[in-house]
Amino acid sequence: MEMVIVAPPTPGRLEDLRRRFFATPLQTLLSLISLAIMVFVVWKLLNWAIFSAVFTTSGGPEACQAAAGACWSVIAARWRIILFGLYPFEEQWRSALACIAVVVMTVLSCIPAFWTGRRIALVWGTGAGLYYVLMKGGVLGLPHVGEEAWGGLALTLFIFVTTCLIGFPLAICLALLRRSDLPWISRTTGLIIDGVRSLPLISILFTFAVVLPFALPQWMVGDKLYRVIFGSALFFSAYQAEIVRGGMQGVPKGQEEAAMALGMSYWQRIGRILLPQAMRNALPATINQFVISFKETSLVVIVGFFEILASGNAAYGTGEWRFAYVEVYAFIAMIYFVFVFSLSRYGAFLERRMSVGER
Amino acid sequence: MISLLRNQRVRNTLLQVLYVGSLSGLVLACVMIARRNLAEQGITSGFDFLFKSTGWDVNFSLLPATANDPYWWYFLIGIVNTLFLGTVGLMLATIVGTIVGLARTSSNELARLLGRTYVDIFRNIPLILQVFFWYAVITHLPTPRAAHEAFGMLLTSRGLYLPIPNVGRAALVAAVVAIIAAVALPAWLGRTSRLSQPIGERLGIQLTAAATALATAAVILAFGRLPDLPLLDFPALQGLNLKGGLRIPPEFSALAIAIAIYGGSYIAEIVRGGFKAVGKGQMEAALSLGLSPWRVFTLVRLPLALRAMLPILANQYVWLMKATTMGIAVGFTDFFMIVALTINHSGQTLEAIGILMTGFLGINLSLAAVFNRVNKAIALKGNQLRG
Repeated sequence: MEMVIVAPPTPGRLEDLRRRFFATPLQTLLSLISLAIMVFVVWKLLNWAIFSAVFTTSGGPEACQAAAGACWSVIAARWRIILFGLYPFEEQWRSALACIAVVVMTVLSCIPAFWTGRRIALVWGTGAGLYYVLMKGGVLGLPHVGEEAWGGLALTLFIFVTTCLIGFPLAICLALLRRSDLPWISRTTGLIIDGVRSLPLISILFTFAVVLPFALPQWMVGDKLYRVIFGSALFFSAYQAEIVRGGMQGVPKGQEEAAMALGMSYWQRIGRILLPQAMRNALPATINQFVISFKETSLVVIVGFFEILASGNAAYGTGEWRFAYVEVYAFIAMIYFVFVFSLSRYGAFLERRMSVGER
Repeated sequence: MISLLRNQRVRNTLLQVLYVGSLSGLVLACVMIARRNLAEQGITSGFDFLFKSTGWDVNFSLLPATANDPYWWYFLIGIVNTLFLGTVGLMLATIVGTIVGLARTSSNELARLLGRTYVDIFRNIPLILQVFFWYAVITHLPTPRAAHEAFGMLLTSRGLYLPIPNVGRAALVAAVVAIIAAVALPAWLGRTSRLSQPIGERLGIQLTAAATALATAAVILAFGRLPDLPLLDFPALQGLNLKGGLRIPPEFSALAIAIAIYGGSYIAEIVRGGFKAVGKGQMEAALSLGLSPWRVFTLVRLPLALRAMLPILANQYVWLMKATTMGIAVGFTDFFMIVALTINHSGQTLEAIGILMTGFLGINLSLAAVFNRVNKAIALKGNQLRG
């Protein structure tokens, strides 16, 4: 008798579909429900956002209101307010350039070639400096524009960047202080970190914006914007410090002991042995913290800043565009989505990349 | 002197004293300056203001509130509001998160795609933007005259109006407790009796318990009924406004919806992580013991996943509780907004900030304590290998 081994027949396309989506009655039901939801939502959305939407400003708000779909003309009419806030109209190109500088800086710092302490500091320092000069002016023939006129996306980005720029070094300091061998130093720092973490960000922003002027000598009060940025940096650093500490705990104890045996000083041990490895361990969580803090910049609207959310409220809040709130919020949500989603995808990519290295 | 500084113990003590001393000095200096500045404005520090009447109103309160009430009562109202909004938001977010999380772990590709899209969209849009959006949607609903109506509920720009039974307040609370018992009792009985009884018998006990609790609720409602009024109080138009029924203000519903949707996307990821953490061998072992897929899910997969996700879930709940402070953006009088209003009206800045910090510390600590208890209660007993 002869045995013939035959490969199982490869399933046809229809058979493949049946196996994937309609294998059992329950699967079939689930597939159908999911499909129905998807088709319904996608159709409704497309219909609203594209097919019956109005794109031009020519008809004015009236033509828009009559249409069944979205009224994108509100964006066409008000995009400058949303993106740049109250920045002087003729100077808004500077605001746009400043935004681009910050975005380029963020993209550059995502490239592994820039991941040494010096290079990353250089990139961020240049980016932030460029932003500041462009926005504030007063040099190189650019007219001076005070902080109170900054607004929209430019302000959101500024708050985010400065929060990270101040918060990150502060976080490393806090993490180092917390793991100190001296009990009073580590305990006090722990108290500060846990105290800040237990409070909602809004209450900290409020305290820094409204209450702090009472509690500081006159010469230290400064601009409200910088106080709020400092508050948000403090909040960021409290969370980031715990992430850095987690990364440090992941570094084997032998590493530091070996460094000590080689006669390295404290700062050499920290700067050359501990921190590089700790930051590597902490990178995915750090990116996640950046994502969270980017979303949380939107909270400054509560202490009265004209960032992108507030300028969006203003864009539809007055006059003839009152009905077009969904479009304005959708536009802002899209901007946030682009930033946050790409950042969090990048974080997921890093996580995969690193886990490959470990195997 | 130099040799003293070289001494490690002396140096360490000095460093600690310097660190703690400079920090506490900083805080002390701030408090002193603030007290002086406030005194110049004629505000005396101290907690006497707690017993003065406020003179302003809150727009949402579960407890009775008038402008004559003292500040301490208003702080209590704020905390109750925060806890209430937080609890409602947490429950809704958990329901949404569980459904989406299950969809993300399902074996069906379409359901997975749907869940993933949901998470990707709503997790990446700031919560406050979602709060603003829902608030705008609700306040742009038709006026009471042209309200949307369904099952006696009215959807208007002034809020959602629900019909409520015409019963006394105490009876209503008791009935709600009984209804909660009707849901909780069978679940608890199911846990305690475990596998010792055959399924049919267990189901009978559970059903009896649920029916008894529901019957109690019905009896309470029947006795607590207000005389000479119809059974249900329907909202109805009177002049330009709506009378009767239970009004859920737009501020509250906007916040609750936003927290449910945003928090749901985070909880979905936690749920997914929890299910992923359950070893495949566990499920295969259960299946090979001959358990039905449903029992594999309820007896093996879910309990193990719950243990894996609870600590992360606890953090998320604390975060969501703190997120209720966004109420101030739309004018919901939560704890933080009461504190902010107190500072505006009375000027007792330092005391109010102190109360705010204590309040949130208390909320966080008690939530952490509750979750630690739960964690301990459901932890696997004894020593065992993981995975």
